[in-house]
Formats: sequence, C-alpha cells, structure tokens
Amino acid sequence: MGDHHHGPAKGLSRWLFTTNHKDIGTMYLWFSFAMFILGGSFAMIIRAELFQPGMQLVDPAFFNQMTTLHGLVMVFGAIMPSFVGLANWMIPMMIGAPDMALPRMNNWSFWILPPAFLILASTLFMEGGAPAFGWTFYAPLSTTYAPPSVTYFIFSIHVLGLSSIMGSINIIATVMNMRAPGMTYMKMPMFVWTWLITAFLLVAVMPVLAGAVTMMLMDIHFGTSFFSAAGGGDPVLFQHIFWFFGHPEVYIIILPAFGVVSQIIPAFSRKPLFGYDSMVYATAAIAFLSFVVWAHHMYTVGMPVAGELFFMYATMLIAVPTGVKVFNWVSTMWRGAMTFETPMLFAIGFLVLFTIGGFTGLMLSIAPADFQYHDSYFVVAHFHYVMVAGAVFSMSAAVYYWLPKWCGRMYNETMGKTHFWISFIGFNIAFFPQHFVGLAGMPRRIPDYALQFADFNMLSSIGAFIYGASQILFLYNVVATIVAGKPTSEEKTWDGAEGLEWTVATPAPYHTFETPPQVK
Amino acid sequence: MLRLNNNPVLDTVIKLVTTAVAMFAFVFVVMVPLYDVLCDALGINGKTSGEAYTAVQAGVDESRTITIQFVATNNESMPWEFGPSVTMMKVNPGASNDTVFLARNPLPQAMIAQAIPSVSPARAAAYFHKTECFCFNQQPLDGETATDMPLQFIVDRDLPQDIKTITLSYTLFDITDLVDGDVAAR
Amino acid sequence: MVLKANRLRKLALAPVLMLLSLASAGVLAAGGKVNQVNMSPGATEIGQSIFDLHMLIFWICVIIGALVFGVMFYSIYYHRKSRGVTPSTFHESTKVEIAWTVVPFLILIGMAVPATSTLLEIYDFDDAEMDIMVTGFQWRWKYEYLNEEGENVVFFSSLRTPQSEIRNAEAKGEHYLLEVDEPMVIPVDTKVRFLVTANDVIHSWWVPELAVKKDAIPGFINETWTRVSTEGIYRGQCAELCGKDHGFMPIVVNVVSKEDYAEWLDEKQAQAAQVSELMAQTFTLDELMERGETVYDRNCLACHGANGEGGVGTPIAGSPIATGDIDAHLEIGINGVPGTAMQAFGSQINNVEMAAVITYQRNAFGNNMGDMVQPIDVYNHKQGQGEN
Repeated sequence: MGDHHHGPAKGLSRWLFTTNHKDIGTMYLWFSFAMFILGGSFAMIIRAELFQPGMQLVDPAFFNQMTTLHGLVMVFGAIMPSFVGLANWMIPMMIGAPDMALPRMNNWSFWILPPAFLILASTLFMEGGAPAFGWTFYAPLSTTYAPPSVTYFIFSIHVLGLSSIMGSINIIATVMNMRAPGMTYMKMPMFVWTWLITAFLLVAVMPVLAGAVTMMLMDIHFGTSFFSAAGGGDPVLFQHIFWFFGHPEVYIIILPAFGVVSQIIPAFSRKPLFGYDSMVYATAAIAFLSFVVWAHHMYTVGMPVAGELFFMYATMLIAVPTGVKVFNWVSTMWRGAMTFETPMLFAIGFLVLFTIGGFTGLMLSIAPADFQYHDSYFVVAHFHYVMVAGAVFSMSAAVYYWLPKWCGRMYNETMGKTHFWISFIGFNIAFFPQHFVGLAGMPRRIPDYALQFADFNMLSSIGAFIYGASQILFLYNVVATIVAGKPTSEEKTWDGAEGLEWTVATPAPYHTFETPPQVK
Repeated sequence: MLRLNNNPVLDTVIKLVTTAVAMFAFVFVVMVPLYDVLCDALGINGKTSGEAYTAVQAGVDESRTITIQFVATNNESMPWEFGPSVTMMKVNPGASNDTVFLARNPLPQAMIAQAIPSVSPARAAAYFHKTECFCFNQQPLDGETATDMPLQFIVDRDLPQDIKTITLSYTLFDITDLVDGDVAAR
Repeated sequence: MVLKANRLRKLALAPVLMLLSLASAGVLAAGGKVNQVNMSPGATEIGQSIFDLHMLIFWICVIIGALVFGVMFYSIYYHRKSRGVTPSTFHESTKVEIAWTVVPFLILIGMAVPATSTLLEIYDFDDAEMDIMVTGFQWRWKYEYLNEEGENVVFFSSLRTPQSEIRNAEAKGEHYLLEVDEPMVIPVDTKVRFLVTANDVIHSWWVPELAVKKDAIPGFINETWTRVSTEGIYRGQCAELCGKDHGFMPIVVNVVSKEDYAEWLDEKQAQAAQVSELMAQTFTLDELMERGETVYDRNCLACHGANGEGGVGTPIAGSPIATGDIDAHLEIGINGVPGTAMQAFGSQINNVEMAAVITYQRNAFGNNMGDMVQPIDVYNHKQGQGEN
C-alpha cells in the first residue's frame, strides 16, 4: 500500500492505481463530463434532424440509434458518474474521514466504467448498427427484433451496473463506519444523507436491471421466453421489471441533486437549512414511495382499473414529500442575507425549473390525463426539466461551489454567471415549447413530424444548440480556473458555507482528516 | 443489529453484497412467478389459465346469455391460414360449449405452432374456463395439410353481471425453430 | 423562400407566444392547429372530461407555482445582502411544516376524485355497438371490422405521403405524414370498441382528438373505445417506438353519418366481390407495372428501398430472386421467409396486387426480365402449392 504520507505518485500510474478518494473523484468527474459531451453531441444530431420537417441529415434507423444512445449515455455515463465523483470527493471530507472505506474497490469501480462505455459506443460501428430500441429497451423490439449489437449492449449494462453497485457499497460502508467522533446521523450534511439513501436505492435496484438484461440475453441466445408470448412469456413483464428498476433510478439521479442544493442555498442565504429533520424524512419517504409507483410509466399497457388507481394514488403522494423539500428551500432563503454568485444562481435555476418539472410530473401522474400525455413530447419536456434542469444544473452548481476548494484557484465569476444565463435561457427555449407540441399530439422518438409542429421544433432546436454551446463555456471556465485561476488559500471560500470540508486547507491537501476531527 | 463480521466495514459490505445478490435472485424467483400468479388472478393482459378446467359448475344459468367473439391473429411471418369456424356464439353461463378453429399449413414442410389466448375484457379472463383447448399444446402440422383445432369452454356462473360480451383472441406463433433447436420453452 | 421567410417571422414571435400561452391555454379552439399549444378537448365526451381534468390540475399547479415563486422572488429581492439585511437564524417550525404537509395532501384528494371518475368512465367498455380489431404491423395498421353477419371487412392502412416529400424533393402537402391510403371509417354517435393487438413488436394506437391511446402488444389484446360526437377526419400516430419507421405509421379516422357508414360498408363488401372479378382478368405489362409501383411503395419500399437497393430487406435490383424462377419469387411474396422480417404477404394483399408487385419487381430497377405474373398465376400458386 505504500506510505500514506507521500503525495500522489507521478505520471499515468498515479491515475491507474490510485486509491485516493480525491483522485478517483476527479477521474469520475472528468469521465462524466466527457460522456456529457458525447451524449450531448448525440442530442445535437437529434435536434439538427428535427430542425425542419422532412429527413435531411440522418436516416430514421440512425435517428433511433441516436435517441437510444443519448438516453443511455446521459443517464448512465454522465449524470450518475458525476454524482459518484462528487460523493467520492466530498463525503469523506464532509464526515471527517481520511478516505473511503474501501479504497481499492473504489479504484475498480471507476476503472471498469470506461471500458463499458467504449463497448457501448463501439456498437455504432457494428453491423446492423447500435441499439435502436430506446433507452428503455422494451421487448420484443430489444430481443427478437434487435440488431446483433444488443449482446454488447447487455454486457456493457452489466459492467456499469456492477460499477454502480460497488460504488454504492463503498459509500454506505464509508458513511456508516467512518464518521468522525460526534458526527451522528442527524448531524450529517444533507448531501451525505441524500447520497446514503441513494446508495441504498442503487444496491436494491441495479441488480434488478441486471436481471432484466440477463433475461433478455437468455431470450436472445438461450431459447427462453421470458418476454415472448410464443413461449408463454409476456412482453409486458419486461416493462414491469424495467420500471421497477427505472423509477427508483430517476430518484437515484435526483436525490444527490437535492443534497447539493441543500448545501448551497443555506451557504448563500447565510442562514441554516430550514427543516433539516423534515428534509431527511422527506428524502426517505421519496425513496420508499419510489418502489411502489413504477407502473405509472405503463398506464396505457392495459392494466386492470384497480391497478391503475393504485399506481395513480401512490404516484400523487410523491408530491407531498417533494413539496416539503421545495417549501423548505424557499423558507431557507426567507429572511436570509442572500448573494448571488454562480453556484447560487444555478441552485435557484434548479429550484424554479425543477418545480415546473414537478408540476408536469403531477399532471402525468393523473392516469386518465396520461392517456393523452403518454409517449408524447410532453413527457420529453417533463423529464428534461427534471433531469437537465434538476440534475445537470445542480451538478454545475456543485462544481462552481467546490472548485476553489478542489484546486485552490477561483473561477471567473463573470464567465460563470454568463454560463448560467446562457444555459438557463437556452434550456427553456429548447424544452418549454416541447410541452406545446406534446399536448398538440406529437409523439416522442419520431425522426420527422407533421407540419403544424414545425415552428416549435425549430425553436426547440435553436434552444438546444444554445444550451449545448454554453457547456463549452463551462469547460473553458473550469480548465482556465485549474490552469490559471486566481490563487486562493482561504479555508472558507464562501463566508456563509458550513461543514467540515471548509475547515481544511485550500486547495484541499492530498490527504485530509488523517486524525479525525471532533464534532460538537 | 446482526453482526456478521468483527470488522464493522466488512460487516456492512457482507450485508450489502448479500442484498444485491438477493435482489438479482428476486427478479427471477419472485417477480416472474409472482407476475404469472397475479396475471392469472387479475386477468392482466387477459391471460387465461394454461391448464384444463376440471371443476363442475352448479348447473346452467338460463337467465342470461353472453356473446362470445372469436378473433385470430397470425404473428409476424407465420404463413398458416388460421381462423375461427364461427366468429360469434351466444352462450349461457355454466354450460359447456364446443367450437373449432381451422388451421392450414400452406408450406411444403411440416411446422409447429403455438396459439396464445387472450381474453378481453381482462376482468373476464378469470371466469372463462377452457376444458379443452388446442392452446394447451404445441400444434405440429405437416406441409399442405389442414386441421380442425377443438376448443371446449364454460363461462363461469359468477361472471360479473355487467359483462355481456367476451372476446377470445388467439395469436398463432411459429415456434418450429424454437422446438427444433431442442430448447424447452419456459 | 416565401414559406421560409414566413416561418422565420413566426419564429420571432414565438417567445411572445410562449409567455401568452400559459395564460391563454384555457381558451383554445379544438383541432390539430398549427402552433397549437394545448391539449385539444377533441370530439368525444371522454376527451372533454380529460381536457377538463388537465386544465383543473394545470390551474392548481399555476396557483401553487405563483405562490411559491412569489414568495421566493420576494425573498430574492428583499432579503439580499446588498440591502444590508442581517440574516435570521430560524430553522424550523413544526406548525408550518405540518401545515404544508397536510394542505397539499388535501389538494391531492381534491384532484383524485375527478381523476378516478374519469378513469372509471374510460374503463366502461359495455354496450359497444360495433367492434373493430386494430393490429399494429411494422409499419402500418390493419383494421378488421368484426360483424355479426356477412364477411368481415379487413384492410391495411399505410402512410400515403410519398418518399419524395419526406426526402424534400417535392413540396410537403397539407397533411404531411398524417395521411393514409385507406382511413378507418366509423359512424358518428356510436360506441365503437377497439380490440388492439400487434403482429410483431409493441405499437400504440393514438388519436388525440378521440382521446384514445392503447398499447398494441403482440400475443395479447387490449380494449378501448370511443364515441365521436362530431363528423370529421381525425388524425393520429403510433405512440410507442416500434423500430425504424415508427414515425411513419399514421392513423386516420374518418367519422361519418350513420347512413354514409352503412353505404361505405356495403361498398367495401362489394369491392371484395369486385376484386374476385378482377382476378379473372388478364392485364398488360404496363397495367401491371402501374399497379405494381403503388403496391411496392406501400408494402415493400420501407425495407427494400425506393430504388430496390435494399435496407432492412435484401436488394431487389439485380437480386437472384427477382431475376430468377417466377414460382420461387411468388413463393417468397406469398408465404414470406419464416424467421426473418419478410412477412407472408399472401394474406395481406390480394391476388391482383400480388401479381402486379411481383411483375413490377421483375421489371423495374433495371431487372428488365420482360416476364409477367397474372392474378390467376397467384391463385394457382396458392392452390397448388405442392406441385412446384
């Protein structure tokens, strides 16, 4: 293991063999940003094709590959690893631990990710093309009717699932066993809490996803009929299993974002988080409810009416804990002394747009109305308000918030604010009109559309290009900060920030809290 | 709290790995069978029982008639000619009824088919009992031959009063390759 | 260019439109209008109930949103450090927290009541006056009218928009991508039950203005229904990703008066008789080629390409099948190739169409075989399959 008091090793081997939580966190963050750019470029191809009616740039088969890979890369490659990276960097520093509980496994769980995505990306060059059945890969389109590359897709899902499970076990083991003396559960920062709950969700549902793709593999290659009616199976069973994983999965994505925002809003309001206890309980309630609402993705498959009603009521209930969270954040801001640096702007952007996404989510939960919304662009607009304005905005907030602590240099505030405003405007131009075309009857996942949807689609594409371009500014700002930002050595970058991570030196030394701090 | 190991970190890891493995197994040994049970009980998808009904009904309910509608679909490239001999029947609950579906294999080679039943409204599935059905077995048929495939059924006396029409659909799948590959269907 | 400039002008207006739309969402006219921003109540009672429900929840969300954002922006304006305020330190209030857990719960109950009653209405399949079986295929729909007496009326309904419009070689028509060769026809003020299933993968039959969306699942039937109160043409699309041409399998429902419907049904049944007359005819090569091209475009083009160059399917141009033995060619057209995407078209198109399309394939795309297939050949092939 070597002597821990040395600094990092030199060269490539530092990154290949590192067991340091900060190094691994950094690698996760860069990897997820690379995936964000890749998935984003797929989105740009989609929006370019949809710029005008008619087929211009790609053929319908390739279009389907793009929508599929965009979804898979963004969910599994960009958003999830970015929050794992953040967890790696911040959780040990927030709970006063010297490192993650299982540093060696930490290294593995990162390094199996890049090969998994290389395999997934390589399917683009295989005969028959990449998977083209949507990121939800409904059978039998993804089994009997799938291109040969589906086998590689299944393998990569297995590997990245394994990576997620290993990462989650590590986080749970760290939080449960490595907290500094005096750091009781109810004193942990909200980010640690939300991640702890997320990690439990991951351990519970990633194996379910693995089970679903294993069944697909068996149906394709070993002659079983889990999802084929011909052999006594049922394609709808696939949807039940997938969404039993898939619904908790969307909370896996959003809960850490809640955590980030719960750190940032108090810091810039200079006031403690309102209703800490109810925040914790609300998070737990959301996680629990996520297991009993999966079939709201399937209102149109022909469930018995009793089933529809159960899933409708359960889904509507989620609005209660989610509402509690939004009310708590607003109350935190109430009678604070706010300033609006870039992290706070992104957090407020999150709060506004996530709330809109929450409202459309409530509308979608109403089963009879969902018969009109289902699989239309209204759904696309809804989940981008939650996934992009929720998860990605909070991730941007997190990067600006902790970047000075990570590298000891201050980012360019003007550029950061510019990034926020271009993102915010571009995002809304891209996704708000999608509510309209969805309600007017435009189905999702179509490469071409009727003429009455043309204007809003063109607008949406323009917004998407603006949003996409703003991320290049983000990349530039971050790189410029790391290379040549104004050095800072203040322990507390933000005067209102609270927590153990702000008690260590800036930039954060390679090893922190080798002697545990005492928490009062 | 149960301790599985003296090292607290290892203890946590063992418990979590067990949970993950258990969840993977849960999909296969709980979710799949449970789904089948629920389908049978609630008639999800209009699935009907794959086994012959043997119970005896307490007489015929002459007071109401139920319209039974038969429809047939060929899945994908299934080339057989396949359809009901009569498209509609009026029956009394509790009474036993017979009909046949006609099938013809137009290809020169022998093939094997499997018919999958589905009942609509799905609520009625639990009350639609088949005492004999060609869908219970795989149906091999030599090239260029036709056959009558028998169906015998009883509509349960307890069928909810508001159901007046029941549609029975069969989808015919070509499973020649599946069987020839000598892989047992689930 | 005129059209383009016009679009750009509209585009400049779009942000204004976006802002207005939230306020005006409630007072929009029905119908698939250009730049429609809200759901349409459509032409059915259920559609109206769904629309009312949708607007109810929308306005509840708008009110809650206005309150939350109002408080937030008030706070952002008045509680900023630059105004010299000192932050409070309060961080909990049990009373307030209980209130904002209970009040939303009560609002939800208020929403659940109308939602439940609408759902129960949707699930009331009883007393349908007619049944139509809807089967999803890659990538078109089959409609089968289940009649108590007489022959069932069965036909396929496929996209009519030509490839030249999709590929931008020609100007796009008014109903671009939402037009079919043969629409479903149903009578007005009649409860029509749809039995929905699929032939290959999962599709979903969606006509927004009829407030009907139901997944078509291979091996299983689902049911749904509609009762349309206004005559007219209603358009929809497949709503579940079903492969390459998911975006190109529209639905058109023509709602007509009960008399017109009866007439249409008679005509359809007469047509079937007419086809049997045509069967006996002998066609010239030109006649067959002309018919064949239409049949090809509807049935073959998606997989075999506009110029027979292939795609999902094998190429037709120069293929050993299209330039080989006629019987072998017919065999594949009629019975398909089991285990591949090549379907058995023998039951999907009639003998005249089959004869025409086989002839077309043998003589188009530079195949120039010079031979012909007549309807009677198709009939004979179907009858005496063993003899070849």
